[in-house]
This record gives sequence, structure tokens and C-alpha cells, in this order.
Amino acid sequence: MAKKIDVPFNGTKEQEEKLRAALKQLRVEHGGQGLMIAALQKAQDIYGYLPAPVQQMIADELGVSLAEVYGVATFYAQFSLYPKGQYKIGVCLGTACYVKGSGDVYKKLCETLHIEGGQCTDDQKFSLDATRCIGCCGLAPVMTVNDDVYGKVTPEEIDGILAKYN
Amino acid sequence: MFRSHILVCGGTGCTSGNSIKIYEALVHRIYKEGLEKEVHVTQTGCFGLCAYGPIMIVYPEGAFYSQVKVEDVDEIVDEHIIKGRIVTRLLYKETVADDGSIKALNETNFYKKQCRVALRNCGVINPEKIEEYIAYDGYEALGKVLTEMTPQDVIDVILKSGLRGRGGAGFPTGRKWQFAKNSPGKKKYVCCNADEGDPGAFMDRSILEGDPHAVIEAMAIAAYAIGSDQGYIYVRAEYPIAVQRLTIAIRQAREYGLLGKNIFGTGFNFDLDIRLGAGAFVCGEETALMTSIEGNRGEPRPRPPFPAVKGLFGKPTILNNVETYANIPQIILKGADWFASMGTEKSRGTKVFALGGKIHNTGLVEIPMGTTMREIIYDIGGGCPNGKKFKAAQTGGPSGGCIPAHLIDTPIDYDNLLAIGSMMGSGGLIVMDEDNCMVDIAKFFLEFTVDESCGKCTACRIGTKRLYEMLCKVTDGTATMEDLDKMEELCYYIKENSLCGLGQTAPNPVLSTLHYFRDEYEAHVRDKRCPAGVCKKLLRYEIVADKCKGCTLCARNCPVGAITGNVKEPHVIDPEKCIKCGVCMEKCRFGAVIKA
Repeated sequence: MAKKIDVPFNGTKEQEEKLRAALKQLRVEHGGQGLMIAALQKAQDIYGYLPAPVQQMIADELGVSLAEVYGVATFYAQFSLYPKGQYKIGVCLGTACYVKGSGDVYKKLCETLHIEGGQCTDDQKFSLDATRCIGCCGLAPVMTVNDDVYGKVTPEEIDGILAKYN
Repeated sequence: MFRSHILVCGGTGCTSGNSIKIYEALVHRIYKEGLEKEVHVTQTGCFGLCAYGPIMIVYPEGAFYSQVKVEDVDEIVDEHIIKGRIVTRLLYKETVADDGSIKALNETNFYKKQCRVALRNCGVINPEKIEEYIAYDGYEALGKVLTEMTPQDVIDVILKSGLRGRGGAGFPTGRKWQFAKNSPGKKKYVCCNADEGDPGAFMDRSILEGDPHAVIEAMAIAAYAIGSDQGYIYVRAEYPIAVQRLTIAIRQAREYGLLGKNIFGTGFNFDLDIRLGAGAFVCGEETALMTSIEGNRGEPRPRPPFPAVKGLFGKPTILNNVETYANIPQIILKGADWFASMGTEKSRGTKVFALGGKIHNTGLVEIPMGTTMREIIYDIGGGCPNGKKFKAAQTGGPSGGCIPAHLIDTPIDYDNLLAIGSMMGSGGLIVMDEDNCMVDIAKFFLEFTVDESCGKCTACRIGTKRLYEMLCKVTDGTATMEDLDKMEELCYYIKENSLCGLGQTAPNPVLSTLHYFRDEYEAHVRDKRCPAGVCKKLLRYEIVADKCKGCTLCARNCPVGAITGNVKEPHVIDPEKCIKCGVCMEKCRFGAVIKA
């Protein structure tokens, strides 16, 4: 469960317009069928997460209830109802990484950042997630920071890696 | 005419190792030297030998450079491309013969026993250029099907080939198509399951990244066979490179008239769209996947009705896995007999495995069905690193089981794996050595299924949770022998009372480890000991007085001050304070710290 940080929703008018335009576009592409997941993905691209006001916007646009939107948004791991850090750290806990010690890397990150998986540091700089197999098992254990991939990581290297982003 | 071709791997493994920068640096240098008309640089899909990435091959010499760095690019251009001297230091060791000459890649141990059908174009063509796919017989099978064969002919060929679904359960592909063809209805759908969720399996992604057109072509063939005009590829959003290459491939196929209306002027219409998954393991199950394409929570539906009768949007639908599709064009072109000549009686053809874990050559291998585990792990995979002893291989991901060392000579096919308590699954093969605790591994998979259970069936939702808690008791050393029996009973209960494959197979990792490694469970329960030294609560670190030189390194590094002792005298660990982080053992230069 993610740490509930009270971040007031401060979406901009531009973001809202962007979302409404994207939803219109999706409706054309999908022929009106099965829009919801794509709509949430677009919204998360625009806002970075899916706070209640954004879910409400989607519900209104698609003509479904907020509960339905919330149901889908909470079902899939990709969607986050809380904001993520500026640097999103992912540690692969797929089997190949796990047997090579990614669990220790993950633990070390929790200790260093004083957060648990799914949470964000108080300064909103780093957030940490355990990810599913990202498929570069040849580099196990793997961790990612935004789009940077670090392979064959050991717990000792964590401080050095984090320092690059501080 | 180019005098030299340089192929740089652009699969995810190598990309993570910076192969895109290598590619860019290479292109930059080639242009700077004015060699762009003589030397052709191209980015391909996965070569398979991910352990040695980033990988680059230079033809005509066939020099296989491994673990290349951006800094090496200048040397490769200066020496190899300009002066014609191969950079021996970067060559993959296995490709250098005793006399220093270069061996062909398919003579190396890793590639020798392989037989690449589904992966045939991966690492060979540029996946972003449809021309290269066409040059390798691409879309010829679709042409043959549309102009020379009836839909029933196509299904007969697939039936005769004996191809079974590569996604896990192994249902005969031809029969699935036949059902969908026989279902009445004007609107039918062809879907591709690219929601590869088994941890440690990445063959589907590599195929999409390395040869996306093969999947598109096969889906068009399937559509013709069952009478469909619309397809969907459901792919994980976590696979950005695959999504991007698929998008490019679909666009190119449309431009070439290979998707869309009136394909090859035969009046056959078929188009294809991508749907992104959003991270839910259960969506790899066919009915859940379709529910998800429809935009809902991806919960499975009861079967029957089967998708071939009532699937996506309530219409007859076939759903096949990426690897299954990748075999189809080859079967059409080379014939059912060719395909059926490979493999075993009930499992024809080849299978791609993702080798991972404690093994030298991690990566993707494609081998004929019936190859033994020993050949895969030792001959191809190079065995366990650091001289450790092989303990077990895990196949089938969270639905599969652990195969112990004494069954290593089992020929791998669908039925043999089922018989020994595991399953083919999508083909992940994780190797474990003596340092892995089997209870811990079972717990790892259960944690996964607890998290990924969609919550629909009580037996799966609550049962896996209870099972996980029991496993925690075992690894904490608080379980009793009765708990082991209760666990087994609960396993069967979950299997029997779950709707979909996730719940029905979720207890397999526990059952198979209980069966083959019961002594390890009993050691945890009875002796409060973890033989592999993994389970922290059962661990005790000790310092061997004879070996300790009193250098104080361990004491200085202990985060909780649990180690005491005078300089140049043996130190001791206070078990009450010790948090079992293992730092002392890592730091000790004399091997004096041991796990007791």
C-alpha cells in the first residue's frame, strides 16, 4: 500500500484539455469499444498518476461511473493513485533476479531511503517499486532509475548509484 | 555492395547495456570516415547470448564481439574495419579456435545444439525494416495461403504439423483454429497473447523485438483460416521496445498492402491493433486477457463457453501466444512434415527457453523438443558459475515446479514435464545451485501469486495467502510437522476450487518442492536450520577463532555493533544483537566468518 502523502491536486487547464483531446482521439481509434485501460494510460502519461479528480474526468468522458474507473485503476499494477518520485526506482524481483540476490538489493534500498515498496521519499525525490521481470535476465539482478538500467547490481553499489541523482 | 556488415544487437538485454549508444557511435564513426557506402551498420533483434551482451557481429569475417563498450567502438573501426585486423581481445572466447582462427557461431557450444525456427530472424534482420523480413521469405507464406490454399487446407497443415500452444498449456493450435472456424458468426477475432508475465521468461518479447513481422504475418494467416478481419495484439506496457517495433511493423505492413483491405488483390481483408496491458499477471489467462481488451478489470470467465465460440466482445475468437505464431509462416512454407520431423511424438517442433539464474550462459535458446535438461544446462548453458553444485531447475514460472538434479536427464516436452510435477509454461528455465533454499523459492512464488490473484475465487484469493503464511512459518522456524501436511492438503484444495489456470497451478511450486525437497522443509521445521543458509531467522553467523586474525574489519563494519574483540585477538558475534546482514562475512579476508 502506498504511503498516503497529502498532495493537493494541482492539475492545469492544459493538462485537462490534453486529456480530453486524447480521449476523443482514443474513441476514434478504438471504435468506441474497450477504451478504459487506454484512457487511464493516457491520463497517467499526462498527470503522472491518477488522483480522484482525474478519474472523475475519465468517468464523465466515457459515460461510466467513478466506481467503474476506480475498479479498473486499482486492478492493474501499472496505475498509481499516488504521485511517484522524481526518480522512479524499480528493482526487478523476477525469478532470475531473485535467485541472484535482487531481494538484498531491494532491502538495501528500503533501508537507505527509509521507505517501503510503493512509497515515495518525503522530498518526493525517489519512489521505490518492486517490479515484475523486465526481461533482461542476462543482467540479473537488475534495477532501474527512470530510464537508466543498472545490471548485476550489488547492495554495496546502491549508495553510489543513488548519489548520481542527488 | 557493402564490403562489410556490422550487426549490433538491439534486444532489451543489450540495450540495457548501452548497445544503442554503441550503435550510434559506430554509425557516427563510419560516416566520419566516409565509409557509409562500404560498411553497413544495422541494429537487429536479440542474438540470445544475453550473458555476454552487448553483442556485435562483423561480417564477412563473422567476428563475434562480446561485452562491447562504447569506448571500444573506435578500436573496432580503426583496427578491424580500416586495417582489417580483428580485435581479438573482444572476441567471444568460444568463437576462437585453438589456432587462433574464428569458428562459426553455430559451432560454439551455445549455438551448436540449437535449432532456430521461432527465433530464426532474431539477430539476423533489422526488425524495423520490412524489406529485410521480405528478403528472408517474409509474407511468402501469407501469399501462398491466400492464393493457393483454402482456409481448411491451412488448418489441416497446422493440425498435421502437431504444433501445440507455446504459451504454457500446450493445446493443439490446429484444433483451436478448427473450433473457431466451425463457430457460426460473421465477426470473428484473432488475438495474440504478448502479455508475457512469467518471471524469467522473455522469449515472446525477443521475438516481437527481433522479428515482429513474423507474428503479424501469422495472425493474418490465422485470420484467413477462421474467417476473421480484425486482430489484436495484447502486449505488456512494460515492453516499450517491443511496442515501438510492433507499431512500426504494423505501419509498414499497411503501407505495403499486407494489412488492410484486399490483401494481395485477393479480396481478403485483415487489420491489426495493439492493446497495451497494464500489469496484471492474470491477464495472461485467455479469458482474463479478453476481458482486459474489452477495457475491464482482467478477471477470468468460466469456460465453457470457450473463446472459440464466445470470446472477445462475445464473438468467436482465437488466442495464440507469440511464439506459437512465430512458427506458423515456417510451417506453411516448409510443410507440416518438416515441422513434425523435429521433437518428440507428442510434442513436435522446437521450444524457446529463457535460461536464467545460476548459469553461465544466460539468454535465449531454441532447441528441439525432447532435448534433455542436462544438455540445456551443461552443454548449452555452461553449467553453474563459481563451481557450485546444480540443485534444481525451475520451469513454468509461478505455475510450474522445481526439477531436482536427479531428474536432469528427462527429455523435455509437455508431457514429461507434467509427469514430474512441473510444466512447460512459457519456457522460463531458472537454474538454482546449492546456495538457493527451496522453501524460500516456493515462498517467493507464492508471494507472487498472492499478489497477482485477481480475487474472484475464494480458494485462490484466501488460500494462497494462507499457504504463504504457512511457508513463512517454515522459514521462520515456527512451523510444526503437521503444518507440512496441512500445507499439502491446502494445495490440493486450491487447485480443485479455482476457476482459472492461475489458481489451479499456483500451489505447484509448493507441491513440487515438498515432493522433491521434503528433507529441506523438515530441516527447517525439525532442526530449525536452513541447509542453504538463506532463511535469515534460522541463520547464525559465527567467527572461527582459529582463522580470525583480529583485524577488527568486521567489528568496524557491523551496523549494530554486535562484534567485539581486541586487536589481534579472535572476535565474537553476539547473537542477540546480530541482525544477520552478512556484512562481516563479506568483509572478512580470512574466511573466518561462517554461517552456522
